[in-house]
Amino acid sequence: MSTTHTQTAVATAAEPDYLSCSKGWKSWLLTLDHKRIGVMYLIAISASFFLGGLFALALRLELFHPGKDFVDGDGYNQLFTLHGAVMVFLFIIPGIPAALGNFVLPLMLGAKDVAFPRMNLASFWLWLFGAIFFVFVLASGGLDTGWTFYTPYSVEAQTAVIFAATGAFILGFSSIFTGINFIVTIHKMRPAGMTWFRMPLFLWGMYATAIIQVLATPVLGITLLLLIFERVTGAGIFDPHNGGDPILFQHFFWFYSHPAVYIMILPAMAIVSELVSVFSRKPIFGYKMIAYSSVAIALLGFLVWGHHMFTSGQSKLAGAIFSALTFSVSIPSAIKVFNWLATLYKGSISLATPMLYALAFIFLFLIGGLTGLFLGTLSTDVHLHDTYFIVAHFHYVMVGGTLFAFLGGLHYWWPKMFGRMYSARGSAIACLVSFVGFNVAFFPMFPLGAKGMPRRYWYYLEEDFISYHQLATVGTVLLGCGLLGIVVVLLKSLKNGERAPANPWGAATMEWEAASPPIHHNFHHTPAVHDPYDFGDLRFDPAQGGYARTSNATATATH
Amino acid sequence: MTIANQVAAPPHVEEHAAPRAPFIAEHFEGAEHQFESGKLGMWIFLVTEILFFSGMFCAYAVYRSQHPEIFSYASQFLDSTMGGINTVVLICSSLTAAWSVRCAQLGQRKGLILTLALTILGAFGFLGIKYVEYSHKFHDGLLPGKYYHVQSEAVADVGLDASIPAATEGESHEAAPEPAHDSGHAPVEGPEPANVKIFFGIYFAMTGVHGLHVIIGIGVYVWLLVRAIKGHFRPDYYGPVDFTALYWHLVDLIWIFLFPLLYLIH
Repeated sequence: MSTTHTQTAVATAAEPDYLSCSKGWKSWLLTLDHKRIGVMYLIAISASFFLGGLFALALRLELFHPGKDFVDGDGYNQLFTLHGAVMVFLFIIPGIPAALGNFVLPLMLGAKDVAFPRMNLASFWLWLFGAIFFVFVLASGGLDTGWTFYTPYSVEAQTAVIFAATGAFILGFSSIFTGINFIVTIHKMRPAGMTWFRMPLFLWGMYATAIIQVLATPVLGITLLLLIFERVTGAGIFDPHNGGDPILFQHFFWFYSHPAVYIMILPAMAIVSELVSVFSRKPIFGYKMIAYSSVAIALLGFLVWGHHMFTSGQSKLAGAIFSALTFSVSIPSAIKVFNWLATLYKGSISLATPMLYALAFIFLFLIGGLTGLFLGTLSTDVHLHDTYFIVAHFHYVMVGGTLFAFLGGLHYWWPKMFGRMYSARGSAIACLVSFVGFNVAFFPMFPLGAKGMPRRYWYYLEEDFISYHQLATVGTVLLGCGLLGIVVVLLKSLKNGERAPANPWGAATMEWEAASPPIHHNFHHTPAVHDPYDFGDLRFDPAQGGYARTSNATATATH
Repeated sequence: MTIANQVAAPPHVEEHAAPRAPFIAEHFEGAEHQFESGKLGMWIFLVTEILFFSGMFCAYAVYRSQHPEIFSYASQFLDSTMGGINTVVLICSSLTAAWSVRCAQLGQRKGLILTLALTILGAFGFLGIKYVEYSHKFHDGLLPGKYYHVQSEAVADVGLDASIPAATEGESHEAAPEPAHDSGHAPVEGPEPANVKIFFGIYFAMTGVHGLHVIIGIGVYVWLLVRAIKGHFRPDYYGPVDFTALYWHLVDLIWIFLFPLLYLIH
């Protein structure tokens, strides 16, 4: 037995992991390995997030006092536009699927790679290409139309609208490629024995996300193409000065961009479904309902875009129908929240850092989701439309929801990705600071908006609004400190973190049966398919410092 | 000992499997698995293509329902003979594309090369006719938006009253008489309705994006032709020919909708 152990160790050492199996920048930039592409995406989107975060910080600092501190109205328009465009197109849309999903999805299937590795690399290259256009935008006069490119303003604006629209168009293709890849991979690469309802819920979430990426993104593509056409030729499709219809632009834009908010939130929900179950050491409650609700959100999400246009001049009947349909989305969302809570109930909860993020997500998503009902209601929306209430609402969903789940997933899979454990204490403190900072930054915006502060204004009435604005700015700085703390803790772990065992959390999904970090081909031999939420045969093995399957050991022994 | 070998050396496990055919990626189980995955991927891509075009079809539907007079007036400037010939050319190239799949399945290399070459020829034929049409439109000033400056002889050519100079139209379009909405089916004679340029915006956007798809199709077919000459395709590996043919049929199908919607409004 001891000889077997040493031989295994020697042999494993002979097979380098995916990070060290080849060297040089070419081996990264031209790699077809989904894990390396995921890591490159992770670096790229984190850099974009940092850039978008700087814009946000600048916005909040400017708003600390009414009146000009360091930018005027034009500068402010640029800041919020670039903050929105960078965060939406470069960070949050590709975020979880392209970085974490790329890394984890084939591993969860016990597969060697995604179905189309070249297309996967092309997706990353398209992302880079699109990002270059955004850099051009920064260098050539900026962008001040808002990330929504509403006509007629985007036709008349003197800023680099064409560059930005081209960049977003290219990023759309990047997103479509990821979507096609994930759908085909989940359909065709599942191992024998993993039926649809034995898949980890993360895969259900990725599948639902991919459906939206594939069905909605092309519509954004053609909308932006027509916008560029409109700007170049004055074709009169969207520009009312030439007989066009600006409301048509809004319909087209939100036909993509409303489903796109589910591209942002569904992967987050998918991560939380994993985390809640693993760290409660309890099978997920209502597996099928969570799986179905992901698909339901993806499909219902296509029917509600008009709720962005209640005050735009669409017909009253359309407004009423869209309002009613909007409420239907809250049903599958609530199903998920209730199922997570039921999973926690009587679970043996461990408050590891990923779980802290999952709990933060549930809390923040609840606030974000419930305030969404105010906005989906036709009559209250007329009052709250384009106020800070909206800003608070979607930041609770996008940041409190997606970003916190992304960070939870990052902390969860970090040991698998890089083979190192981070400081549990340091990461928990950073999580807490971010959580407090986030709430201080965004909760005041609910009353601020309800009292009438419009969004996208660089100036405000001092006596009414200053305390809210200053509180929000303080919170933003705190949030920034927390996020910086996360970066420090994670980077430090790469240098001197403990070596991670294969399964540090005792999770039952397949990616934890690969080494940490995995070898180039992921698995030495395809692992057996288990119930992804049955923790019964996972026992802590002090020799490894992680969990191992007791049933596997017997299976190997009888081999 | 055996355990260690199994765990440590995956190549040993795979040695027992049959040797892989060329062009079958190692993360697939075999040729069939790769083909099915590729085919599903292609169908999903075609769905994105349909949604991509649907934006323009939607814009078309909105403007045609709101301003039928623009469409029935401006459509007269399109050459439906040329459009009709182009439809036939494209359908023929779709036939040769389908035929090329059959040739690849049966391993008929010469037939494959011939049908691929014919498909490319058809695509170039389509683009050639389109070029002639486009240059007429450019010559007559039938262009989108601010480039629209219809020449009076072009108006006279289609048998319309050319007495109203088009140049003044743009400035006075608010004062232009609003034609009755039920006049949609009869050829519009008399003065030009307001904002005819929107029709040409939609015409150039739709046929332009479609033409771009034809050009991309030519690129892919040339790549297939090179690979066919090299003898890459065989009855157990012909996925690229099959998937490209699917794409080509969609490009054909979109034109089959574009032609009546733009050319045959009367």
